[in-house]
Amino acid sequence: MQIDYLAIAPEITLVVTALLVVAADLVLRGDYKQLANPLSTIGAVVALGFTLSLWGDDRTSFITPDGDVLYAVTDFAIVFKVVFLVSLLAVLGVSWRYFAEGRYFQGEYYFLLLVSFIGMVIMPSARDMLTLFVALETVSIPGFIMAGMRKRDLYSSEAAIKFFLIGVLSVALMLFGLSLVYGFTGTTVLTDIAAADVMADPPALMLAAVLLVIVGFGFKVSAVPFHFWAPDTYAGAPMPVAAMLAVASKAAGFAGLISVTFIAFQPLADSWAPIMGVIAGLTMTLGNLIALQQRDIVRLLAYSSVAQAGYMLVPFGIAEATAGPVNDQAVQSVVFYLAAYALMNIGAFGVAIAVNRRSGDRAISDFAGLGARSPLMAMAMTVFLLSLAGIPPTVGFWAKFSVIQSAVGAATVFGYVLASLIVFNSVIAMFYYLRVAGLMWLSEPKESAVALRPGLQLSFVVAGLTVLTIILGIVPGLITDNTVETQVVATQ
Amino acid sequence: MFPTTAGWALTIAVFLPVLGAAVLAVMPSDKDQLIRRTGVVLTGVSFLWVVAMTASFDFGASASLQFETDVAWIDAIGARYHIGMDGISLPLFFLTYLLPLLCAVYTTKILPEPGKPKAFLALMLLLQTGMAGTFIAFDLVLFFVFWELVLVPMFFMIGMWGGPRREYASVKFFLYTLFGSVFMLIAFLAIYFQASSTGMATPWDIVALSEVGIGASRTFQLWAFAGIFLGFAIKVPMWPFHTWLPDAHTEAPTVGSVLLAGVLLKMGTYGFVRIALPILPDGAMAFAPIIGVLAVIGIIYGSLCCLAQTQVKRLIAFSSVGHMGFVMLGIAAMNEQGIQAALYGNIAHGVVTGLLFFLAGSMKERYHTYEIAEIGGGMLTKMPKYGVLLTYAAVASLGLPGLAGFWGEFTAMWAAIDPAPALDAQYGGLYLALVVGAAVGTVLTAGYFLWLLQRVNLGTPSAKWADEKLADVMAVEYVSWVPLAVIILVMGIFPVVVFGVQDAAVSQLVGYLNL
Repeated sequence: MQIDYLAIAPEITLVVTALLVVAADLVLRGDYKQLANPLSTIGAVVALGFTLSLWGDDRTSFITPDGDVLYAVTDFAIVFKVVFLVSLLAVLGVSWRYFAEGRYFQGEYYFLLLVSFIGMVIMPSARDMLTLFVALETVSIPGFIMAGMRKRDLYSSEAAIKFFLIGVLSVALMLFGLSLVYGFTGTTVLTDIAAADVMADPPALMLAAVLLVIVGFGFKVSAVPFHFWAPDTYAGAPMPVAAMLAVASKAAGFAGLISVTFIAFQPLADSWAPIMGVIAGLTMTLGNLIALQQRDIVRLLAYSSVAQAGYMLVPFGIAEATAGPVNDQAVQSVVFYLAAYALMNIGAFGVAIAVNRRSGDRAISDFAGLGARSPLMAMAMTVFLLSLAGIPPTVGFWAKFSVIQSAVGAATVFGYVLASLIVFNSVIAMFYYLRVAGLMWLSEPKESAVALRPGLQLSFVVAGLTVLTIILGIVPGLITDNTVETQVVATQ
Repeated sequence: MFPTTAGWALTIAVFLPVLGAAVLAVMPSDKDQLIRRTGVVLTGVSFLWVVAMTASFDFGASASLQFETDVAWIDAIGARYHIGMDGISLPLFFLTYLLPLLCAVYTTKILPEPGKPKAFLALMLLLQTGMAGTFIAFDLVLFFVFWELVLVPMFFMIGMWGGPRREYASVKFFLYTLFGSVFMLIAFLAIYFQASSTGMATPWDIVALSEVGIGASRTFQLWAFAGIFLGFAIKVPMWPFHTWLPDAHTEAPTVGSVLLAGVLLKMGTYGFVRIALPILPDGAMAFAPIIGVLAVIGIIYGSLCCLAQTQVKRLIAFSSVGHMGFVMLGIAAMNEQGIQAALYGNIAHGVVTGLLFFLAGSMKERYHTYEIAEIGGGMLTKMPKYGVLLTYAAVASLGLPGLAGFWGEFTAMWAAIDPAPALDAQYGGLYLALVVGAAVGTVLTAGYFLWLLQRVNLGTPSAKWADEKLADVMAVEYVSWVPLAVIILVMGIFPVVVFGVQDAAVSQLVGYLNL
């Protein structure tokens, strides 16, 4: 087997960093334990450097003797990896003070965080069902532990248990589906599955197997009806972990979902696309309607992230059975949405951490009068909320634009229906985003409000994300002009 | 002063207010008076810039785009930064720079609770960029971005400085307009894909789309027009999509109301004329009778609502529904006179209603209420100068010949008697009925305005206010109101100042409608 070590340099860097973090944690004592954070940051920066240097190379690795590519570092994969690594840097930034002050298990946390991200960077490159599965589990299992890290808090334990049980259940379903797919096609390589004879006239059981595999990823991206774990887990987990689960882990799920649906199961798109479209509609509508009722900021962001997943699922709903501009556009719009979503959602979580870390509870009412108490943080949060709602000039507008573009571009009635659903949902979502924005600027601060002490790293991350959200809102071309060239199967 | 090819001049004009907002943002918030004066300077500078541009505008070639810039913006979707100004844009663009200056002057003395002039003026400047950009954008994506840009500043303006029900009003304003505009976005995208499929190189470009046409079936045009219609009709607002307007106007601070009525609503009618009609002529032709009927319902309904109002500001808000009905009636006629009337009525309503909202705001400053019954009568004896100005603005609004309000309404009805030939053949009777309905509306309009004047201006001051000392028109109020009063008179006596500028551009536009 042929291995291109440069192609997997980012993954190797992260593995080495993770091991270093564990080793350092054994040696460091007391306050010095927080040095695991800068160490992880350096590792992430190096990995990011390697990833960027691979842009445009279209490298492949792990090529079997038959010539099957099992690991493809295409531009498509690199865009994802950049999103993951930037998210990692942002999550590290918002984690530092949170974990250092709380005296949590810092070494363990940073190690698990890095391992989870190793799984993520593998995901968009994996071209084999088994690699995909291993990557998915590498993302999930550290997540189970991280969610339960606030051991003394019952909610945190509940978060971990719920996440674990539903996670394991969906993984079991997915494995069952995978085994059926293997039985029908005799291979685990994505491109070979697509080329298998059975695809021409698939038996009903094959379609069921496809759906089972999709369910596994549906859990990861918290699509309705597999979303039940998400709000409870986000609410119970430490807030930086919630940010990670809501953004990076979800993006990884989408990376896997794209590979599976648009490479392996593309010939069956006529069967799964309508189902995905219906799931998309349900996900955004339910997520938004429940978000309207929330009083806890993390639960609000959780349901909003369920709804956002719904928007991102829309392009799957209009996929066609043959590769073409419609499918390319669909993939590109999901990728762009994820990049935008990572910026704005981590930003929103970052401000929430700054506001709620010291007040203890995570009530939305803690945001009352933030504009008077801390205008810059309030301004940043306003930008993130408007971006999540899709108002220009923020990057979130272009994200929604590209998703609607792909839905309308399909020029089918179903596409127009999905686009209209996005419209209705944007208005519903705007209501609760506006409520938080209004609370920050239009209400008086609570008597008990404590001063914010966001810390340098968190402020830096939030400021950076705010600037990016606006700049990309004015010139989205900085991303789109690159993603538009990416194709999920560029090697073929 | 500027050559008409100077695209940079227009770009600077649009983004000067943002720069101004940035300047305000870094000023220390405790320097209250300094901030307010800086606001006047900032809006004054951009106004002078636009005056210079207007002076260098080539009025002989008002049909062609001047100060044009057309560069690539987002390659991935083919969106371009295409801006320019023709005879249709110029009057609205000018108004967009005049009104904020007057508002800034007004704000030096009068600003409702909770003060904070820095945030207020910064939001107003951001709003100005959004409004100005809408009138000069010639790329559908760019247009949409500017269009949405106005929502956030206006939301905060109503939400922070508004009346008692400000939160309800601001959220309603935001969600209602957002709802319409997102459907508009879907229609834009459908147009884009349709135009791309015919091989057009610049499928977002408003000029190219108007000139070449999108070669779409009638069904496609109907659906696309319906989507765009929803976005623009809510903004105008047309009956039955008007319900956000009275709430927003009633709760908004004076300056917010002035800008809302003066410029923001115009974005909707401008959109109809600039985008919906020329790009989707068949759709427009099919929708024209519906627009006409809704417009006349709006005129009559708005007037009847005005008769029922007990608050001055709410009355003026409902009068906007009626006046915009006349503007839409002009558009529904689908001929040159109709479009001319619509655009003229646009400007006239902006100036007249802007002045009326200023006056209503100052009335509240003095009487601390908008309730007509509480104010009582006798304003002409109590504050003679103010009373005269109110009379002047009210009769201008009811369409007295010789003042601005007359030409828009009269020409709209005149145009609708003899609509575009295709419409005349099929719906001639309907249009005649519409004109009769609109004429009844003018009578009702005169009725409620005269009744308002009778209740607040005439008679003797009520016991409550008889001994109260109320200041007559103040110096800042003169500075912000006199320019509007002069424009109303000039537009009334020489309507050609607006008609003439628009003429060539409107003729060209009507040419796209393949009547």
